This record gives sequence, structure tokens and C-alpha cells, in this order.
Amino acid sequence: MAKIDGKAGIIGWGVYIPKYRIKMDEFVRVWGFEPSVPQSLRMYEKAIAGPDEDTITIGYEAALNALRRAGINPSDIEAVFVGTESKPYAVKPSATVIAEALGITPKTTAVDMEFACRAGSEGIRNSIALVVSGMVKYALAIGADTAQASPGDVLEFTASSGGAAFIIGRGEEASAVFEGVYTYVTDTPDFWRRELSPYPQHGEGFTGEPAYFHHIVNAVKGLMEELGLSPEDFDYAVFHQPNGVFPIRVGKILGIPLEKITPGLVTPWIGNTYNGSALVGLAKVLEEVAKPGDRILLAPFGSGAGSDAYSIIVTDKILEIRDKASTVKEYIERKEYIDYAVYARFRNLIKRIPEA
Amino acid sequence: MTYPARIWRERHSRYRLVGVRCKKCGAIYYPPRPVCEKCKSRELEEVELPRRGKIISYTILHNPPVGYRDQAPLVFALVELENGVRVFAPLTDVDPHSVEIGMDVEAVLRRINRKEEYGVIPYALKFRPLIR
Repeated sequence: MAKIDGKAGIIGWGVYIPKYRIKMDEFVRVWGFEPSVPQSLRMYEKAIAGPDEDTITIGYEAALNALRRAGINPSDIEAVFVGTESKPYAVKPSATVIAEALGITPKTTAVDMEFACRAGSEGIRNSIALVVSGMVKYALAIGADTAQASPGDVLEFTASSGGAAFIIGRGEEASAVFEGVYTYVTDTPDFWRRELSPYPQHGEGFTGEPAYFHHIVNAVKGLMEELGLSPEDFDYAVFHQPNGVFPIRVGKILGIPLEKITPGLVTPWIGNTYNGSALVGLAKVLEEVAKPGDRILLAPFGSGAGSDAYSIIVTDKILEIRDKASTVKEYIERKEYIDYAVYARFRNLIKRIPEA
Repeated sequence: MTYPARIWRERHSRYRLVGVRCKKCGAIYYPPRPVCEKCKSRELEEVELPRRGKIISYTILHNPPVGYRDQAPLVFALVELENGVRVFAPLTDVDPHSVEIGMDVEAVLRRINRKEEYGVIPYALKFRPLIR
């Protein structure tokens, strides 16, 4: 458990969601699923990266929006973390491309992180530590993915593209400050992708109870115990959102009612953006409902497995910055539907003879 | 092949829309050039250009060159930036048939092509219709 006591906070945030959407009916039509499957996941549609997009371009635009809200000089950022499980390069940091494109280089560190869907959150934890220790003035933590799913796998209903970025700095300047973070990690094989394998696999029996629910529940309980808080103390709660059902169910287990979860729920409309999942939800809460003084529970989760539970308190500064960049709502509403054929083309699922 | 040396050398202009301004006569160029076309001065400084502009003209490529086929039909446009500098660049996130002269666009970072599976990935700015 790390007590942060408001010494570090969010200076700016931003998201990016690609404009292309595919409806769940398309997966049912093409692969012969029982139509109740997407309904049981509470999924309607998901966002798909265009043919010229990847984790780097998604992370870049989310970070550009975070910079617009923060209003700081990019060269004052001294650490860039990119949490992803869909790196464009197996070897070569995504973080250096983004740092260069944003004008953050060269007086900075930059690194990619991997922990399934939790790596972006680990970037936030590291950013907080660097800021509180005084090693950096500002740090940028990005969670972004173009998530893969084997065609016809149930994962195809949810695996989507998108991302979020948070600029972390000293609490006095922040639009929301961190009260504490509690991390709970074990070795649990619920989801993995081996080197050179194009698609991940999931250990069916492990997916829910021993992985998602066990880790989030223990991280949140640990946080509340250490900070002396109870579920009623939180105005909003944002959990990792692998589908539209799990975050509501984990809220029920923890005694957090639906109305505190729905403002940050985005997966039914954009899919699971993996490292962006909970972070896009947090951005939506900050943009649409959070008032100064509100306390927000944030609990990302990553397979493999682990969860971070953060307590975040909103400050007056949120009112000045929240409209300075494109919002989650604007990106969700900017959409163009594609069918499975175009989806297959965009996701590079169609074999063609290489060009001369 | 996309040469790493060229990607590295052009990274500022390609990633951040950095052009050059002539210190002598003030003319601005994109992409950057070593000599001012107007006054022939070699004293030029880097300058970051505005990210927004209007489409002056455009063309639609239904048979794009090697490396671009997954983006067909591809739209290339001449964009006049807010400071009057003209940039020739691809458009993205747009239905080719909805493109109009005078359309407001903004620069975004994208993959430029997929010429090869194993080389350095070329990223650069493209333009898309404004989101807000």
C-alpha cells in the first residue's frame, strides 16, 4: 500500500477512440454464435483501429489531448510510460516515438510496459512515485491497445482499440489528487499470448472468479482498509471493463451500487480497449460528472494477474481544464459502422500475395 | 525499402509539422529546405507549423502505389495551414466522396504505409476532418 496523501495528482488527461465501429450482430452472422452471447456480455458495438492506426498513433493522440488539458510545456515531462499488449514493434520502444512526436525528447526517460491490461496503470503508479520522490516534474502515463482476438473466438466480441493518457505532477497543480494506491498481484494464468503467436488464449475457468474478481476485490478491500474508507465514501467507481457485465458484478460484491459505476462504463459501446479500459472510464467520469471534492475509486486489472486500486479526490482545477480537449463522449459519438469484411481487412485477417 | 536514416532525419518534420523559416526574408517552407527559394539565403530556422488548415485541392487514388493498398481509395490533399503555408499530405478517417474544397482539417500522426513487415515503421502526419 502506498499512501500518497495528495502529493501527486492528475495534471491533464486525454483519450482517443478510433472512429470505426462494428456491431455485435456481425460476429453472430459470420461465426454462427447464439445471439444471446453478446447480450450476456452486455455488448453492443466496439471500436476498431483504421488501417493506418496502431498503439503508437492511438497513444499519441490521447497524450496530445492530455497536453492540451494540462497546458504545460511538453519538454517539462521527464518520463513517458506506454502500457500496452499490442506493441507495433517487438523490440523498439513505442514510448520514444510518442515522446519525439510530442516534443518531449530528449531530456526524458521513455519505456514500454507490459502486464496485459494493467501496464498503463503501472505507468501511473511509477509516475506517481517519480513525482513524489522529486525525480521528475511531470510524467506521462499512457494505456493504449489495438487488442487482438482470434477470428471466431468469443474475445472478438470485446477486444477493441483505443487508449487514454494521464499527465502526473505535484498535487498542488492537479485537477484530481491521489490519496493512495493498493496493488494486489499473483501468478494466475487466466490469459496469455506467447512470443510470435498472433492471438491470445484464455484459461476459461480462470477468467472470472480467480482472476478478475479475486484481484480487484482484494486490491479495493486493501485500499479501503489502509485508508479507513468504506464503499459509501466513494462517489464513483471505475473498474477494468472486459465486458459490460463484470464491472457491475464486482461493484455488487464490493457493495458499490450501479449508479456509481455507470458514469464510467464505456465498454458496451467501444469494446474493451485493454490498457485503456478503466482509464477511458476514469476520463469519462472526470469529464462528465466529477465535482470538486468527489472521491473516485479506480481499479484497473491485468491478466496474469493483478489489480491496482486508487483513491482519487477531485479538486477545483478540474472545472478549468475539462473542456480543453476532445472528450470521451465526442469520440464515442464520432463513428462509422463497418461490416465484418472491412473489419477483416482493417485487422489484417485476409491473406494476400505480398506486393512486388 | 523505407530507409531508417531517412525516417530518422525527417522525424521532426514528419511527426511535428516542423518546417523552416528564412531568417532573412521570413518565407516559410514545408517540407524543410536548405536554401530560401525567394532570397537564396541559407540561414533558415526550424518552426512548428499550425496543425489546422483548409483543403485547397485533392485527388483520389483508387490504385495507390506499393505499400498503400490497404488504405485504398487513398485521398491526397493540398492543405493550406492557418498561416498560409501549403502542405501536400494524405487524408485519413474520411469518406473520399465527402471530401470538399474548403473542408477544415487537422493534423494527426498515422502510419504512412505498410511497404514491408520487418522494416522501420514510417509514421507521419496526415490530415482528417476536425473533431471539434
